Amino acid sequence: MSDLARAAGEETAPSAGGEVVSAPAVPLATGPVAAAAPGARRTRDALHFALRNKKVVGGGIVVLAFLALGLIAPLFYDYGHSEYVGPQSSGPSGEYWFGTTTFGQDVFLQFVHGIRSTFLVGLLGGGLAALIGMTIGFVAGYIGGLVDEALNMLTNIVLVLPALAVLIILHTYIGITSVPSQALFIGIFSWPWVARAVRAQTFSLRTRDFVDLARLSGMGSGAIIRREIAPNMSSYLFMTFILLFGGSVLFAATLDFIGLGPTGVMSLGLMMNNAVHWSALQLGLWWWFLPPGLGITAIVGALYIMNVGLDEVFNPKLREM
Amino acid sequence: MSLRVDNLKVYYRTLRGDVKALDGATFTVADGEIMGLAGESGSGKSTLGKSLIRLDTRMRLVEGGVELDGKPLPIGDQDAMNAYRFKAVSLIPQYAMSALNPTRKIGKMISELLGARGVKYSEIKPELERRLDLVGLKREVLNNYPIELSGGMKQRMVLVLSTLLNPSLLIADEVTSALDVSTQRAVAETLVEFRDREFVKSMIVVTHDISLVYQIADTIMVMYAGKLAEKAPADVVVNAPRHPYTQLLISSLPEVGVRYADRKLAGIPGSPPGLLNPPAGCRFRDRCPLAFARCVEEPPFVEVDKNHHVACWKAQ
Amino acid sequence: MRRYFARKVAIYLLTFFVAVTLNWLIPRFMPGDPVLRMLTRTSVSNPDAIAPMREYYNNVFGLDVPLWRQYLNYWAELLQGNMGISVWLFPAPVTEVILDAVPYTLALLIPSILLSWYAGNKVGALAARRRWLDNTVLPLGYALTATPYMWIAIVLAWSLAIIAGIFPVAGGYSFDLQPSWSLVFFNSLLQHWFLPFLSLFLVAFGGWAIGMRNMIIYELEADYANYLEALGAPRRLIRRYAFRNALLPQLTGLALQLGVLVAGALVTEIVFGYPGLGRLILMAIQNQDFFLLQGAFLFIVIGVLIANFVIDIVYVLVDPRTRTGMTGGAA
Repeated sequence: MSDLARAAGEETAPSAGGEVVSAPAVPLATGPVAAAAPGARRTRDALHFALRNKKVVGGGIVVLAFLALGLIAPLFYDYGHSEYVGPQSSGPSGEYWFGTTTFGQDVFLQFVHGIRSTFLVGLLGGGLAALIGMTIGFVAGYIGGLVDEALNMLTNIVLVLPALAVLIILHTYIGITSVPSQALFIGIFSWPWVARAVRAQTFSLRTRDFVDLARLSGMGSGAIIRREIAPNMSSYLFMTFILLFGGSVLFAATLDFIGLGPTGVMSLGLMMNNAVHWSALQLGLWWWFLPPGLGITAIVGALYIMNVGLDEVFNPKLREM
Repeated sequence: MSLRVDNLKVYYRTLRGDVKALDGATFTVADGEIMGLAGESGSGKSTLGKSLIRLDTRMRLVEGGVELDGKPLPIGDQDAMNAYRFKAVSLIPQYAMSALNPTRKIGKMISELLGARGVKYSEIKPELERRLDLVGLKREVLNNYPIELSGGMKQRMVLVLSTLLNPSLLIADEVTSALDVSTQRAVAETLVEFRDREFVKSMIVVTHDISLVYQIADTIMVMYAGKLAEKAPADVVVNAPRHPYTQLLISSLPEVGVRYADRKLAGIPGSPPGLLNPPAGCRFRDRCPLAFARCVEEPPFVEVDKNHHVACWKAQ
Repeated sequence: MRRYFARKVAIYLLTFFVAVTLNWLIPRFMPGDPVLRMLTRTSVSNPDAIAPMREYYNNVFGLDVPLWRQYLNYWAELLQGNMGISVWLFPAPVTEVILDAVPYTLALLIPSILLSWYAGNKVGALAARRRWLDNTVLPLGYALTATPYMWIAIVLAWSLAIIAGIFPVAGGYSFDLQPSWSLVFFNSLLQHWFLPFLSLFLVAFGGWAIGMRNMIIYELEADYANYLEALGAPRRLIRRYAFRNALLPQLTGLALQLGVLVAGALVTEIVFGYPGLGRLILMAIQNQDFFLLQGAFLFIVIGVLIANFVIDIVYVLVDPRTRTGMTGGAA
């Protein structure tokens, strides 16, 4: 999750003018070639580089492989992830690939169900956070003035509030029943750095010629943001979403591990919680607690690596020639 | 001859092949000469300016050579070139506003830079202070951080720093584009004064603002689509240009008012050719009102008058 | 500079206000009054000693007084340091229970944050310079920073404590010792401290290393770096400047990461049964000890705000731009 901080940190480095300005991260103009190249060619270029970038391709393959596993594997089982189906505490075998728990539950089945929840919470939580952060960032950056001041204040407050602590309180009292509602709360508390970064970018874009032109031609603020500003930072927004996805996954895992996850749903965090709770460490049942953490690390790590690759794709200066 | 450039070709490496941003330039700049280098964006003027001091990572020296004061300048070799930078060739960058490290006091940064180049700061400090006086900066700015200086002050600071070691050649890259009109004038005048005081021997002022460069330059060289179009004394270029492109460029400038030549030329249909696979022959011929059959052959850049070079069949 | 601090302090005070209000609001408006339920349960199991809890409850959540009055009462109690009585550790006051646990959490957090930040920045800067190091640091750093804190704790506890037997598995100190100022006790503390510290350190280290590596690469493309190169400055000097300038966003990043680091410490403590705030929170959740939970929440908020403020001060010391009257910087 440190990447989130990095992103927000570099976005807000104060410029020489003292005003928080656009970071180096957004490739708005890409050298003498792309300056003349229209948008379509730029997209084609990006795709071309993306498919040749080892980090993007490798990361993408890992993520997609896990996604496929989570979507497909559970379909082949006619029993549930919490049913006591096998021998107790047995190691990985041909029948139970990841062994069984102390109760005889199938660890592999729990694992693939956990991957499902992981993707769901990442998608929904990250998506919601991206939506809130971008909306607030666009509005604050484009409209400015008092609206900006107020939104900035709100952003700063949510930013310094330790999100996990708030979520613990909320979850303890409210009780979470489903992955989407967990994702909802995670999304509500992880948008501020996005808002900050997007605001800074919007701020620097709103004085550009093409935005002026759109304004003069009578386009409304909403349309300008949607049609002129957002497309110009689409690559950046996409990368932001990837980071938010990873952040949400880690957040959810932490909550699940504390025992504040959704009830009745298997997750990778809950697997670790169960393993620790039922002394899997002391009993040496490594097949129970190693896969869930490894799964999260692989998915989130692959996403982060993909992000570095995308950074190189969108930002020609970072490309190796 | 202070600077002699011979058939210089510098290409940008890109995915779809080399962009021939500078495709064979041959010219000289005399001692004491201030040469204005004009053209639309994408004409290769910035590439030429950069090539003479530092190729960036995507630029590749393809052909040609550069001589400064009779000695070859190793522009294709980053490490060998380092010895010449600052001392023999120096640069006033376009981004003078942000050229100084924001977290170092200016004086400290200068002393660290000089130290790294084997020059004692204490020995050069009196001269540095004299030059600060000359451009109207207080000596205390050396104890300031860049953020404490106004835009004009930063510009002057960079001017002083870049020329501190009396380089033979100074490249000023769009130095005035970020400034307001009165400051532009002051900066331009300072450039002339630095030349007159022999802080720098000769100067290339890269600009798209012909009317400004006309006031300070001895000669003006016009580029189009990676090629040299015309080079002549400043008043000749402005009053009696021979290349059709220069003629259109000059006539499109009103007496006063709009002074930028990087807008699309009014009244000339089309745009400059792409430099990935530029057509053979004269690169201006598609837009040229005077184009004729011979223009499919590339016109050489030849001296048609004393000190007046043109690359156009019609001008010969 | 005064404006910079005034603004920061205003935000922190406002945040604290919001946190306290949330803390009061959430249990107050939950359906079924969970706090009352908790008290009822306690009064059954522990009927004699319920009086002080009832009193606190009536004061803060009481039904006889109007809402605004309850809210003010809550502030009044809070400012006197009264956060109620713990149910789990009845009849110890919440404040006392928490103050006992805080040193353990701080002992984990402060060294792991400072050391990981320092080491991560150093290694990240080195990685930006050397290809082979970059090729190792980058994947390793991303793997570490993508690792859930509790999992690395689980792996360390299992491998180094249970299998290898080098370190103790659980607790803040050996069960057969009483806290004292003896060398034996201190040694035991240190042994129990090391693995939780190491887990926190490793995950955070990965993040800082990557952050610094990426920041330096951007800094080396900055205008001042290009200008210095045009003037023939050696790479060494330019890298030195880039490192120093890259530290500033890393410092901002530290402020932004505080919440995540605290969360990491909480779950790490849970894995190792380390007697800090994390284990306290787990116990509070399992025992439905709401007063304790809310107290812990407020302590965490206060801690994070203080740490933010400290980082602001450091920022002003290292970034001349904040000192010259310009705004900017962390949070």
